Amino acid sequence: MRIGLFVTCLVDGMFPDVGDATVAVLERLGHEVDVPLAQTCCGQMHVNTGYAREALPLVRRHVAAFAGYEAVVAPSGSCAGLVRHHYPALAEATGDAALAAAAADLAARTYELSEFLVGVLGVTDVGAHYPHRVTYHPTCHSLRLLRVGDAPTRLLRAVAGLELVELPAAEACCGFGGTFALKNADTSTAMLADKMRDVLSTGAEVVTAGDSSCLMHIGGGLSRLRAGVRPVHLAEILASTAPAAGPPVAATAVSAAARAVR
Amino acid sequence: MTRPAVRPDAGQASSATFLGLPAVVPPTAPRGVGMLRGDEPFPAAARRALADAQLRHNLGKATGTIRARRAGVVAELDDWDRLRAAGAAIKDDVLAHLDDYLTRLEEQVVARGGVVHWARDAVEANRIVVDLVRATGATEAVKVKSMATQEIGLNEALADAGIAAWETDLAELIVQLGHDRPSHIVVPAIHRNRAEIRDIFAREMGAAGGVPAPDGLTDEPRALAEAARAHLRQRFLSAKVAISGANFAVAETGTLCVVESEGNGRMCLTLPDTLITVMGLEKIVPTWRDLEVFLQLLPRSATGERMNPYTSMWTGVAPGDGPRAFHLVLLDNGRTATLADPAGRAALRCIRCAACLNVCPVYERTGGHAYGSVYPGPIGAVLSPQLAGVTDNPSLPYASTLCGACLDACPVAIDIPSMLVHLRARVVDAGRGTGRPPSAERAVMAAAAWTMAKPGRWARALRAARLGRLLGRRRGAIGRLPPPLASWTTSRDLPVPPAESFRDRWSRRQAGDGLGSLREGQR
Ligand code: SF4
Repeated sequence: MRIGLFVTCLVDGMFPDVGDATVAVLERLGHEVDVPLAQTCCGQMHVNTGYAREALPLVRRHVAAFAGYEAVVAPSGSCAGLVRHHYPALAEATGDAALAAAAADLAARTYELSEFLVGVLGVTDVGAHYPHRVTYHPTCHSLRLLRVGDAPTRLLRAVAGLELVELPAAEACCGFGGTFALKNADTSTAMLADKMRDVLSTGAEVVTAGDSSCLMHIGGGLSRLRAGVRPVHLAEILASTAPAAGPPVAATAVSAAARAVR
Repeated sequence: MTRPAVRPDAGQASSATFLGLPAVVPPTAPRGVGMLRGDEPFPAAARRALADAQLRHNLGKATGTIRARRAGVVAELDDWDRLRAAGAAIKDDVLAHLDDYLTRLEEQVVARGGVVHWARDAVEANRIVVDLVRATGATEAVKVKSMATQEIGLNEALADAGIAAWETDLAELIVQLGHDRPSHIVVPAIHRNRAEIRDIFAREMGAAGGVPAPDGLTDEPRALAEAARAHLRQRFLSAKVAISGANFAVAETGTLCVVESEGNGRMCLTLPDTLITVMGLEKIVPTWRDLEVFLQLLPRSATGERMNPYTSMWTGVAPGDGPRAFHLVLLDNGRTATLADPAGRAALRCIRCAACLNVCPVYERTGGHAYGSVYPGPIGAVLSPQLAGVTDNPSLPYASTLCGACLDACPVAIDIPSMLVHLRARVVDAGRGTGRPPSAERAVMAAAAWTMAKPGRWARALRAARLGRLLGRRRGAIGRLPPPLASWTTSRDLPVPPAESFRDRWSRRQAGDGLGSLREGQR
């Protein structure tokens, strides 16, 4: 299958390893992956902050950039969610029938990574090896906008050496919310504090999720606390095959940090 | 007022639209009266609320309990999704033909001995009610919990006219005696715990000129309920006028319906001589069959009960039974304006169950007062700006992470997250036409959109962002950023930008030896 990688602007600019990992997993499964460099940003930040007008050129660009791929895969529930759920209406509102048709077509071909692997390709074991204690945070848009369900945890359970520990109150939002984290920083921080408490209570070395944005938020809070729990994107775990997946974190340091926060 | 033109598309005929937004809309709720606007923006009010440890504790506990109960009873029904779809469809039909249904309701109420009054806004509604109470010669009235009368500030209007209004819903009584404001739609005193309620009762019941709390009142729920009962009984028995809200009005028979859990509402609705009901004009259901759907949806969503404890219904007046005079005040106060926005009108489906509040991670932490309106939480964030105008509540549509929990919980499937996004665009668009220089945010957004409009610009911007690596040299993370990003780093680090963007890495590999190194897995 010829797959277009919808890398997302955040992964492009801040977390290129996540882009590499997504390509690596799809190629390992025998698919041809292309990265159209005409893509920049899907416009989510603009749309969700009220700047739909500014987002329209980005919507046009994105729709054109991904014409012709059988499937478009993103390492983000949130960005895939925007294309799937909001692009058709945004395009429709312009009154441009051709754009509306193209946007609706793209919406139907766009997937978040885990739902693509499990739901479309029917794969749960991607041949990964990751010998760490991991907890999974289901991001709101993958959970409630895309309904990826248990696809991510099925993938994680099939990873050799990985110990998956359940996150308490997993479905609670981490408080990121795009510009919400800036506009309502205090409320965002209050939500983040509870999420970090729950992450630390698991004693996991690694917290994973399908969205770099939410991970940047949770990881940014944990880093500020020197909590010693690493944020790692789901794609990076699924791409790992080599025995060394990163510098090991001493378990004692983690639980000491957990106690300090609790 | 004369009957309003409440066609959904009223006011849109000649309008230029952007993203479905009509340029001409009917009037919103007037300023200076009622409770739809906050005194300060949400982030500032939330900040204060977040610092209140007692509030956080009370709210976390209460919303957690209701959330679990609701989830339990909803899971029992295998046709919940169909009930929900039916509820949404019935309400959408009502909204699409509101003028017909209102006319039918008026005919039926009048035919059965009631009087119908049309109130364009809060000012008109308050004047109508004050005049009606004055005409009876009464100087006090009992009230059964009603969001609509809170919305219009009726108690204040009555007080100005020398009429005392006594709240009789237990939670509303707590709020009134505490000189407080409601913070939840179903449990207005959710921000109070038992000890606080005990103190309020002990201090205020006698001071309010009613039966005082007994000496040595404890904070046992039973003791508190007993004190409230004694206090309220005297109010019920002496009042000549009652003022109520309504959960539903059945158009086919002109029947009004109030749903409550204490029986105090029933006392209000049956004991006094005169009953005045103030109802938002979207509360109609066409038939009794339709009512059945909502009497299943509402209690499960609101309190996690299978069936509602006290459901009172009345149709006009009946000699020798209940009030001798019945007045129905139909309130617009921005509802027609809400109806005029195709992307916002579904907010009028709301049956005020508060399920969206109880599941909202923002509400759970800030409580209801931070929203500045009688309607807090997710529904408040979409309803208050529509009723009162987005320019008066510009921070409310942003008081959400768009996590989507509200949509999942809503028994009439209001897509609150999408509506919030739509209202954010209305807030931004309202700022465009003013001729004032663009806000800093708008400038940033425009610059970002310009940069992202061309891949070349974007690639260069990412290369420039590598300068950020200097900021995180020492620790390997960025701990402090300048505005407008400074509020990120008050509680969160930012990773150091990578040495190379994904696109540059990809291009280099494509130009070089292909993907060989990537396939071997370098991580
Ligand atoms: S919006 Fe939905 S969930 Fe919220 S109060 Fe209204 S009916 Fe209930």
